[in-house]
Amino acid sequence: MVEHGDIRVVHCGGSKINFRDPVITHDSRFLLCASGEAVKVFSTSTEECIHELRGHTGLVTGVLLRPSNHLQVYSSSLDGTLRLWDFTDGILIKVGQRFQLVAVHLPQSGDQMVEAQELSAVLSGVNPNPAAIAFGRGVRTCRHKDNKKGGWNTFTCVACHPKDDCIATGHEDGKIRLWRNFNHKKEYTYSTLHWHHSTVSSLCFTPEGTNLLSGGVESVLVQWRYNQESERDFLPRLGGAITHITVSPDGSLFCTSHSDNKITIIQSCVKVSAVIQGLVKGDSIRTDLMMDPRSKALVLNGKPGHLQFYSLQRDKLLYNLDIVQQEYIHESGLQQFEVVKAAFDASGSWLATVEERHQKAAELELNLKLWAFDEQTQSFVLNTTISAPHDAQITAMCFCQPTDSQTTLLVSTSKDGHFKAWQLAAPAHTEGPSWLCDFVSAYHGLVPECCSFSADGSLLAVVFQEVVTVWSPSTWELLTTLSQPPGAVSDLCFGRLSCSKYLLGTTASNLLCWNLLTCSLEWTTSMDVRRLVADPLSENMAAFCYQSGSTDLFVFKPSEPRPLFSHKAVCSGKVTQAVFAPREEMLESCEESSQWLNRSQLYFLTQQMVNNISTSAEEKQNENVAMTPFYLLLGKHRQQQQEHQDSDSSLWAERTLLQTPAHVLPSTSYLCSMFVQSLLISVSDAREEKAHAEEEMESEKEEEDSEEEMESSRSKPELAAAAATESDTPALTKAQARELRRVRKLDHSWLAGLLDS
Amino acid sequence: MGEFKVHRVRFFDYMPSAIRTMAFNSQTERLAVARADGAVEIFNFNDNFFQEKVIPGQDGRATEALCWVGHRLFSAGLNGEITEYDLENLRPQYTVDAYGGPIWTISSNSQGTQLAVGCEDGTVKIFAILEERIQFQRNLNRHKGRIISLCWHPSSAQIAAGMTDMIKIFDAETGHATRRLLVDRAMGASKNKEVVVWSVGYLSDHTIISGDSAGKVQIWNGLTGTLVRTYLVTKWDVLSLVINASQDESSVIAGTSEGTVIQFQFISSTVDQHDKEWVRTRTFRNHSHDVSALAHTDTAVVSGGMDTQLVVRPLLDKVEKNTQESALRKIAFPHRSLVGCAKKAGLLLFQFPDRLELWKLGESEGHVCLMYPYFVCRFLQGEDHICCSALSACGGWLAYSTVSSVRLYRIQYNNTISINKVSKLPKELRSVHQLCFSSDSSKLFASSCQSSVIVVAVSQQECRYLHTLKHKTGEWKARMHLLCASDDGKWLATANTDCEIHIYNLHKMKLHCMVPVYNSCPTTIAIHPVTNNLISVHADQQIFEFSLVQKEYTQWSRRLQAQGLLSLWLERDTPITHITFNPKNPDHIILHDTYMFCIIDQSLPFPELNAVLWNQMTLKSLPVSQRIGQSHAFKICKSFQHLMCVSLLEDLSLVVVERPLLDIMSQLPAPVRQKKFAT
Repeated sequence: MVEHGDIRVVHCGGSKINFRDPVITHDSRFLLCASGEAVKVFSTSTEECIHELRGHTGLVTGVLLRPSNHLQVYSSSLDGTLRLWDFTDGILIKVGQRFQLVAVHLPQSGDQMVEAQELSAVLSGVNPNPAAIAFGRGVRTCRHKDNKKGGWNTFTCVACHPKDDCIATGHEDGKIRLWRNFNHKKEYTYSTLHWHHSTVSSLCFTPEGTNLLSGGVESVLVQWRYNQESERDFLPRLGGAITHITVSPDGSLFCTSHSDNKITIIQSCVKVSAVIQGLVKGDSIRTDLMMDPRSKALVLNGKPGHLQFYSLQRDKLLYNLDIVQQEYIHESGLQQFEVVKAAFDASGSWLATVEERHQKAAELELNLKLWAFDEQTQSFVLNTTISAPHDAQITAMCFCQPTDSQTTLLVSTSKDGHFKAWQLAAPAHTEGPSWLCDFVSAYHGLVPECCSFSADGSLLAVVFQEVVTVWSPSTWELLTTLSQPPGAVSDLCFGRLSCSKYLLGTTASNLLCWNLLTCSLEWTTSMDVRRLVADPLSENMAAFCYQSGSTDLFVFKPSEPRPLFSHKAVCSGKVTQAVFAPREEMLESCEESSQWLNRSQLYFLTQQMVNNISTSAEEKQNENVAMTPFYLLLGKHRQQQQEHQDSDSSLWAERTLLQTPAHVLPSTSYLCSMFVQSLLISVSDAREEKAHAEEEMESEKEEEDSEEEMESSRSKPELAAAAATESDTPALTKAQARELRRVRKLDHSWLAGLLDS
Repeated sequence: MGEFKVHRVRFFDYMPSAIRTMAFNSQTERLAVARADGAVEIFNFNDNFFQEKVIPGQDGRATEALCWVGHRLFSAGLNGEITEYDLENLRPQYTVDAYGGPIWTISSNSQGTQLAVGCEDGTVKIFAILEERIQFQRNLNRHKGRIISLCWHPSSAQIAAGMTDMIKIFDAETGHATRRLLVDRAMGASKNKEVVVWSVGYLSDHTIISGDSAGKVQIWNGLTGTLVRTYLVTKWDVLSLVINASQDESSVIAGTSEGTVIQFQFISSTVDQHDKEWVRTRTFRNHSHDVSALAHTDTAVVSGGMDTQLVVRPLLDKVEKNTQESALRKIAFPHRSLVGCAKKAGLLLFQFPDRLELWKLGESEGHVCLMYPYFVCRFLQGEDHICCSALSACGGWLAYSTVSSVRLYRIQYNNTISINKVSKLPKELRSVHQLCFSSDSSKLFASSCQSSVIVVAVSQQECRYLHTLKHKTGEWKARMHLLCASDDGKWLATANTDCEIHIYNLHKMKLHCMVPVYNSCPTTIAIHPVTNNLISVHADQQIFEFSLVQKEYTQWSRRLQAQGLLSLWLERDTPITHITFNPKNPDHIILHDTYMFCIIDQSLPFPELNAVLWNQMTLKSLPVSQRIGQSHAFKICKSFQHLMCVSLLEDLSLVVVERPLLDIMSQLPAPVRQKKFAT
C-alpha cells in the first residue's frame, strides 16, 4: 500500500538520448548517454538500460570518461555542476564547483578542474554547438577558430586526427575538408572530400586515425580511408539522420545517434548489432497521445510514416507500425507522407489512421487506412485503404464505443465542411468485410472541428465552430444543437458512467458543461483550457489550463462543481497532449484528493522551451507537497482578476446576445440570467455572498478543499516547513494562515472596488 | 550620352584553338603557350597577364612541347623538328630535324647547356645549346617504345623518361638506363590496354612523380626504384604534371582529362617531426575539358587545355586575400583586335588564323529591315597564318600580312564587287607586324623589323614606297605592335612592346616627339580627330591623354592621375582593345574590353574612388536632381557580352561585334563522360 499523501509530477521518461554524443566505455561493454537530467548507462550487447545516474537538476550537457580511471565518468549539466560517477555501480562520487558549463571535453592529461576553467575562458564566443569544439593531441586547443574565417562555407562540425596534425571539418554543402599545415601562419592547405549531398552533421576519426567516419541527413555512415580518400565504405539505411558518431576506444564499435532519438551500435562498420530507441518525437505530434487498449502502450506518430507503440512502464519503444508503407527519402525539404491522425476503438481491435502529403503546388493527398488486429500475428493488419476520404484535411476522427447491438462505426470530420461515418460492411464478392462510407452530412457549411461519441454510442456530438450538433448514429438524425458563444469550441468530451448526461466543451476562454437531458448549459467557468481529457474508467475529467507561462491542472467530475484536485503550475509552458492510462491493478486510496488516481494514471507531454526534453509526467502518491498559504492567496488573487475582467465584458455579452442568430443561442433561461447580470452594477463585496457566479462558488470550494489539505499536511510538519521555506514564508499555523488570508482578501476587495469605480 | 542605333553582330564565328602545352619562365615571368594550330603566345605575368606577343602558327606545325632556356624559347612537335623562335620578330628562327620521328617532349637541363628530346622511335637525343643554334650531341641508349615524357634531375646527371608501361632512368653521362620502374595498368576491363606515362617529374631528392593514362599519380623512390605511394586521381588520364621547381619542390600539380587540377603537397604530418610525406590536397575545377598544359608559378596555378581558356588560379595561402592578385583569372580571347571596321563604308573585316572575311552591315528603318548584313568575300591564306590585317576607312583597300609576305587588295563596289590583288608591291613591304591605312586611304603604314614604319602610297594606278620612319638610326629597338594615324593625316602614333609611344609628323616625315614611357605596355592607342590628343590605355588599365601639339599630358589626364581611377575599373581583368570617338560630341571617348564598353565623358567630373557604378536603367529611374549628382565621366554598358569590337560608324550607329563564350563552348568536342550526382 502506498503511503497516503499529496500528488506531484514525476518525470517518467521519453527524453532525448541523441542530445549529445554518447560515450562508449573502454571495455566496449557500456554506452553512456545524456538523457534529460540523467545519464543513462546502456549495455552495448543487450540494449538494456542498466543504470540511470540521477542527481543533476538541470539538463545534462556532456558526458566524458575520466581519463585516469576508466570506471568513472564526468557529467556536466545546465545546473552548473560537474559530477563524477562510478557508472558500473551507479554511484555519485563527487560534485564539482559551479560553472556555467555548456559542454565538457577533457584532454588526455591534466586535472579536470583546471581544464574546465580554461574552457570557459578560452572558448568564449564559440558556437554553442559542441560539434564545433574538438581537441587534438597534447595541449593544443581550439584551433578551429582560425579556420573559421578561412572557408566560405559554414562549418558544421570538426574533428581532430589523433596522431597527425590534421583537422577534418564538415560543411553545410556536404563537403569534408581536411586541413593540414595550419601551424604555420598562412601556409595551411586542405583537401576536399565530397560524397554527402547535404550537410555533414558529424565527423569522427577512429582511435588509430586510419579511418574517418562521417554522417548526415542521408543516414549513411561513410568510412573514408585516411590518406586514401578515393576508397570509402558505406553503411546505408540506418534510419533517421545521423547526428553524432562515436567510436569505442578500441575502435571495434561505432555508435551513431540519429535524429529520431535512436542510438545504433555498429560492429566494425559492417553490422548493426544493437539499436537503442527512445521515444520518437518529430517536429510535431500530429496524432494525439493514445493508449493502445490491448498492450496499454502509448501510441503516437514516431519516425516518418510510422506509429510508435511505447511502453510507459519500461520507458522503451515496443515496436513501430509502418502506416505509409513507402520508402522514406532522407532529404531535407521534401514533402512526404506523414501520419496525422490515428484512433483506436475501445477494444483495440480496430485502428484507423490518416496519412497526408501536402505539397505546395499539388493537391493534398490523403489516405484513410483501417487496420484490424490479427490475433495470430499479434499485430495490426491493413484491412481497408480509402484514398481521398475527404476533400480537405481531416480534423478529427473517432470510433463509436461499441454496444452489443451496433457494429463498429468511425466518424471523421474534415475541413471541407463534411463529416462522414464509415461502417464495416461485407461486400458481395470479396473475401472479408471492409469499410464503406455510410453517411455524409454537413451543417450550414461550417467546418467541423472535433467529434465525440457518448459512452454508450447512442449520441454523436460534432462541433461546427461555435455550434455543437448532437446526432443519433442509428438514424442519422440531428437531435439538437447546443451553443455558447462567444468562441469556437475546440475540444469536446462526453461524461462517463454516472455523468453521461453531461457534454463538456472548451472554448478559448471557457470550459462549458451542457446537460443533455435539458439541452441547456449546466455550468460554465472561465479558464483557458488547452486540453480536456476524460478518464475512460471513471467520471473524472482532467483539464489543463494555460495561464501566464505555466500550465495548471484541474481534475473534476462534471456532476460536481468543485474540482477533485487542482495543481497550479504543474509545468512551465503549454501542455498540448495528455492521456489517461488505466492502471494494471487498482489502488485503494481513501484520500479524497487522490482517489481519482486509483484506476488510472494521467500522462502528459511537455515541450520545454529551453532544452526540448520531453517529460512524460506521471503522478504518483508517494510524497507530500503542501499547499502553502501564500500559494492560496495567489490563487485567490488570480480569481479576482478574472472576475474583474468578466464584469468588464458584460456590455460585450449584451451585444452578442442581440447579434447572434437565434438558432445558435443557448436556452433563454440561461441568457436571461446572463442578461440580467450584465445590467446589474457589480459590487465587489457581493462576491462574498456566493451571489451568482459558478466559479465563485467553485473557488470557495477550492479554498475549503485546500484547507482540508492543510489539515492533512499538518501530520507531516517537517515537509510542510520545507515547502514553506521554498516560498520564503515561515511555517504558519492554521489560525495564522486564516488571518493572513482574511487580511489579504480584504485588501483586494478594496483594491478591486477602487478599480471598478 | 545619347542613344545609338546598334548593329549587333554575332556572325564572327571566331574559334580559339586548344592549348597544347605551356612553359613558364620564372626569371622573366613570361608564360609561353602553344596552341593546337601551332601559334605560340607569350604572356607577361608582371604586366597584368598581358598577351604581349603572338607568333602565328602554320599548317602542319603541331607543337607538342615548349621549353625555355634563359630567354630563348624552343619547341618540338610531331613533325619531328625542333624550332627556336625569334621572339622579337615573332617568327621561327630556325628548325632542326631530330631524325627520330615525331618528337613528344623536350626538356633542358638546369644549367641550360643541353636539350633532351624524346622521340617516337624510342631514343632520347641530347642537343647542345650553343649561341644562335643547337647541335646534336648524342643518343642515349635506345629502347623499344616511344618516349612520351622527360625530366632532368636538377643535378643534370640523370634523366627520367616516361614510356608506355614503364619509366626509365638514364644516366646522362653514359647514356645507359640505370633503373626501370614498371607502371601498373588500370584495373578492370582496360587491363589489356597499355598505360602511357604522360608526364614525369624528377625532384632533387631523387623522388620521381609520374602521371599516367590509368588515372594514377605515383610517387617513386628513384634511388631504389620502388613505388612509395599511388593516388588514384581520376578514372581517365592524368595528362600533365608540374613541380614548382623554382621554389622548394614542395608542391606538385596534376591535370586530368576531367578538367580538374589536383595539387599534392609535401607536408610533415605533425609539427615537431620532420618526416614529410606527399599528401593530396586541393582540387581545382576550372575546365570542362582536358587539362593538357600546366604551369606552377610561385603564387598561382596556370592551366589550359581543350577548352581554349587559360586559367590563372592563385593559391590563396600564398597571396593576400581579397586583392586583385587573389582573383581567379580566365583568359579566353586574344588581347588584340581581330576586327577591322570601315567606318565610311559600313564594312567589317574579321581576321581568322587562316582566312579573312569581309562583311557588309545591314540597314534598317525602325523595325523594318531594309538590308540584311551579307557576306562579301573571303580571302583564304595558305600554309602560313595571318598575323595582321587592315581595312581602309572607305572600304576600298584591304591589306594583310603573314610572317613572310604582305598582300594588298583593291575592292571596288559598283553593282558587282570586284577584287583585284595589287601584284606589284614595293620590296620593302616584306614582313610586317602591324598594318594601318591613313584616314583618306591614300597611304598604308606598316611597322616593320628594326622598329621602323614603312609608308607606302596607294592609289588606283600604282603602289609606291614613300619613306621609312625611324626614330633612331642604327639602334635595335622593340617591335611596334600598335599603329594609329590621325584623321587629318598629319600624325602617326606608334607603340612598341618596350612601352614606348612615338609620334611622327607625316608632313615632315620625321619624328615629332616621344610620349614619356610608362611602365605598363599600351594595349591600344588612338588620336582624337578634333583635338589631336593621343589617348593611350595600358595593360594595368591606366588611361593617359597626351597633347600632340603641346607635347605634354593634358589637364584632363593630369586630373585623372591625381584623383586615380576607381577600383572597379582597375579590377577588370581584360585589357581595352579598341578606342573610337564620337564625331558629334568630341568629349566622348568610346572604349571596350571583353565584358563591357564604356563611354568616357571628358566634360563630367570623375567618380569617387570606390563609387558604385549604376547601370543606366537604375539611373533613369532616379529623379533628375539625383541623376545629375550621380553622373560622372564613366558610363559603362554591360548589355553586350564578350565583345570583340565596338566601333562608331559615320552615320552614328554603333557596331558591336559579340562572340559569346557559350557559342565557343558549344563548338568544342564533347568532354569525357563524368558521373554527375543524381543522374
